[in-house]
Amino acid sequence: MLKYIVKRVFLEIVTIWAVATITFFLMNMVPGGPFLSEKAISPAATAALEAKYGLDKPLFQRYLTYMIDAAHGDFGDSLKQRGRTVMDIILMKFPVSAKVGGISVLVSLLLGIPLGCIAALKRGKFLDSLISVVATCGIAVPSFVICTVLMYTLGVNLKLLPTMGLSSWKNYIMPVMALSFYPTAYIMRLMRSSMLDVLGQDYMRTAKAKGLAGHVILFKHALRNAILPVVTYVGPMLAYTLTGSFVVEKIFTIPGLGGEFIGAINGRDYTLIMGTTIFLATLIIIMNVVVDIVYKLVDPRIKLK
Amino acid sequence: MAEYLVDIKNERLSFFTPAGEVKALNDVSIRLKEGEVLGIVGESGSGKSVTAYSLMGLTAHPGKLLGGTLEFNGHHIETMTEKEMCKIRGNEVSIIFQDPMTSLNPVYTIGNQIMEVILLHTDKNKQQAKERAKELLELVGINEPEKRLKQYPHELSGGMRQRVMIAIALACEPKLLIADEPTTALDVTIQAQILELMMELKEKLGMAIIMITHDLGVVASMCERIAVMYAGRIIEYGTTEDIFYNPKHQYTKGLIRSIPRLDTKEHERLVPIEGTPVDLLNPPKGCPFAPRCEACMKICLREMPPVTNFGEVHYTQCWLNQKEEMEKGAAK
Amino acid sequence: MKQNPLSFQLNLNPEDFLPATEEEKQSQIIMRESVSFWKDGMRRLMKNKVAMTSLVVIIIVMIFSFIVPMFYPYSYKEQIKGANNLAPMEYSAEEQARIDAGEKVFPHIFGTDKMGRDYAIRVMMGSRISLLVGLIATGIILIIGSIYGSVAAFFGGWVDLIMMRVVDIIYTIPDILLIVLLSFALKAPLGTLATVPGFGWVNIVGENLISIFVVFALLYWVGMARMVRSQILMLKESEYVTAARALGVKSSTIIRKHLLTNCIGTLIVTTTLQIPSSIFTESFLSFLGMGVAVPLPSLGSLASDAINGMNTYPYLLFIPALLISLIILSFNLLGDGLRDAFDPKLKN
Repeated sequence: MLKYIVKRVFLEIVTIWAVATITFFLMNMVPGGPFLSEKAISPAATAALEAKYGLDKPLFQRYLTYMIDAAHGDFGDSLKQRGRTVMDIILMKFPVSAKVGGISVLVSLLLGIPLGCIAALKRGKFLDSLISVVATCGIAVPSFVICTVLMYTLGVNLKLLPTMGLSSWKNYIMPVMALSFYPTAYIMRLMRSSMLDVLGQDYMRTAKAKGLAGHVILFKHALRNAILPVVTYVGPMLAYTLTGSFVVEKIFTIPGLGGEFIGAINGRDYTLIMGTTIFLATLIIIMNVVVDIVYKLVDPRIKLK
Repeated sequence: MAEYLVDIKNERLSFFTPAGEVKALNDVSIRLKEGEVLGIVGESGSGKSVTAYSLMGLTAHPGKLLGGTLEFNGHHIETMTEKEMCKIRGNEVSIIFQDPMTSLNPVYTIGNQIMEVILLHTDKNKQQAKERAKELLELVGINEPEKRLKQYPHELSGGMRQRVMIAIALACEPKLLIADEPTTALDVTIQAQILELMMELKEKLGMAIIMITHDLGVVASMCERIAVMYAGRIIEYGTTEDIFYNPKHQYTKGLIRSIPRLDTKEHERLVPIEGTPVDLLNPPKGCPFAPRCEACMKICLREMPPVTNFGEVHYTQCWLNQKEEMEKGAAK
Repeated sequence: MKQNPLSFQLNLNPEDFLPATEEEKQSQIIMRESVSFWKDGMRRLMKNKVAMTSLVVIIIVMIFSFIVPMFYPYSYKEQIKGANNLAPMEYSAEEQARIDAGEKVFPHIFGTDKMGRDYAIRVMMGSRISLLVGLIATGIILIIGSIYGSVAAFFGGWVDLIMMRVVDIIYTIPDILLIVLLSFALKAPLGTLATVPGFGWVNIVGENLISIFVVFALLYWVGMARMVRSQILMLKESEYVTAARALGVKSSTIIRKHLLTNCIGTLIVTTTLQIPSSIFTESFLSFLGMGVAVPLPSLGSLASDAINGMNTYPYLLFIPALLISLIILSFNLLGDGLRDAFDPKLKN
């Protein structure tokens, strides 16, 4: 187990390095720069700013400097938001996104798993058709459509819920609904098909032949086997959701990491782009490792290599 | 106490598939006394397993019992609720499935899966259940039971897993053990071991066994009674001697001719039964075996033959026997 | 069970016991017609009402996006004077005058947008773009993904390890970053390319649209590659492939005959389900303003443009939003139907 973790950590550091390298060079290949859009600044001032942040140096030298600093945990200052380090910004924005995202993931798991199971157990019955139709519609509606529809009905027309910010619990309802809509539908479908697969397995017949009651068969024998695909899906999904959906944050004006990231890309805030990318990549990778370990715990057949 | 442990009368069962009604069982009747061993032989799809499963209330989804009575140990299975069935399953009647590789839940230890059934049907506590599980593993010939209890199914070989399945089946000392082709998926040497083990356990525990197989060799060595099934019907039923030395149905005769024997002369070929089984979606009007039968007569294609009895147990459904009766009658 | 054979109520003649002829025996055998994999699948698909309805919806949407605009009296970029922000079926003052004069004016079924463009034709063009992106991007994904995945799986070992590592890396880079950066990065080279003789089509298609395709080609094949790889790995282990090997069948024949034909069902299903996902992504990109270039509309950009005026002109938002959902839903349901029909695991 320890050997596995060491090997895995090494491999993942290589992955993060590769992601950082690709991002760095791609980002610099793109025309434009962090100080070009600010009209008021004179060419001389721009040059001075570039010199201050080391942007006048050759690309490869900048790359080396950045990577060495990053390896020491120093992600630099934001180029656009003067006086704040990249770390500060991430640590300030991430909790906001993570809170909304975390609640959404929880909601989608709590809704998706039971509903998917019910659909599988009632296969071909009315309830199954109903759940399947809702789930299929759920994955067919883009998030911005859901956001705007929610906004239009609950926020603007009925004035039931606040439309911006995160000042009270009421503010969370619409973003969480919008964010959890797709994952809920997806988990329902995943759970349904994997449950159907498990229900057809021979060991389910064995369990029934032992005289176990329906709920014991379901909760003990079926669920643990059927949950595996959901685990695989939820890991990376959690990472993406925690770091914030740009669309949802834009529409509901939530000051989260997703919006910050797009802002950074559009504004060519090189250090913030790098910092956020590395942060997101690390989070995804950690989630993947967690998924693999959970997998091993749930299914003893899996060998960690 | 009823005279018979198992008394199935005129069972009819169909599967309602999207393609139509598949008549899986037609007028199947089976009787079995306590401690008896019955073999059910037939090709795939002849209804062997369906008969056994229906006795445990395990008929798979589109299947429906259409008629007949199923009596087991004084219970009327056909009228029982799922909840009542749960008390019988694994307790009074157990089953061993064909494929031990897939019949154990991969995510639980062997110990967990054996103890589960003990805890369910007896008053034993966890510690006692564990002791019992160890005992059972020893009984089915698994060494180091303590260690095995903690292992997962994928860590055991096929033969071992089948032994575990047997241990699970015997955990509550059932009156009846149904063995659904218990050795088909195993190596030949392991097959012999498993069969021997079953017979040994039968002697020790005195349960009745229904042995489902397509291997005539297996039934010859193990069973007292044999039912030959074809297309959802029992076409011949009798003691092992009746079936092997005095078969009355053309299908049974064919089956016996197709077994390799020690006294088969060199270059002498085994005789296979030509053709394929009938499609139960469109069962023929007459005898289901008629299209493959060498001695097929005009009547065979038109009418289902009636039952002809030979002695106390032996009976068959074949027009040839009717013909003989008639000729005898004419001679008188 | 016990029945006296002699009491059997049937009139039996000696002729009945004559041997039956071979033809008589054969006539009794009603074989279920044996059907090929494709025929069987198609039959099941035809029976699936939901999938067939979806197919019809897709065909109707295609007719409206590709054929109807050719005969439509308005063009998607034509700005009709004085016809800004008309409600559905409303006419502008000038058009009303012409109608009063006895002229026939084609109604604005969905009204017009704030620049006075007929919204119905814009929605049709928008769904044309969305469908095109969905189909072409999926084609690219299918080709790259299946080749990459099968190469990795077939060679295995180190090749597989490195190739799958690359997949992991691409998977880990936030896609939104690559999309934005690539669409900016590609603008200049594509602009230059358009001036080269013979590449004038670049301008017609639009730089943004091409960069969307490039982004799909670079990013979204990883899922397909993983699927194909695992499928082939599974098939490679199967006994019939071992048997074919043992018989000395060439590798190329094994790939073509055994691996590909067995993968094809899964491939079709995955491809069909990839189409809505591509449309989904395109609409998302257009919504962010990174999709197709103005004045070309896509369903996503139409919805995005309409958001600001949502309170006054909600139909401008709901029509494209509904259409995107309908298209994605139909493809998803068709994909589900195909899976039910062609995935042998789910037979019965």
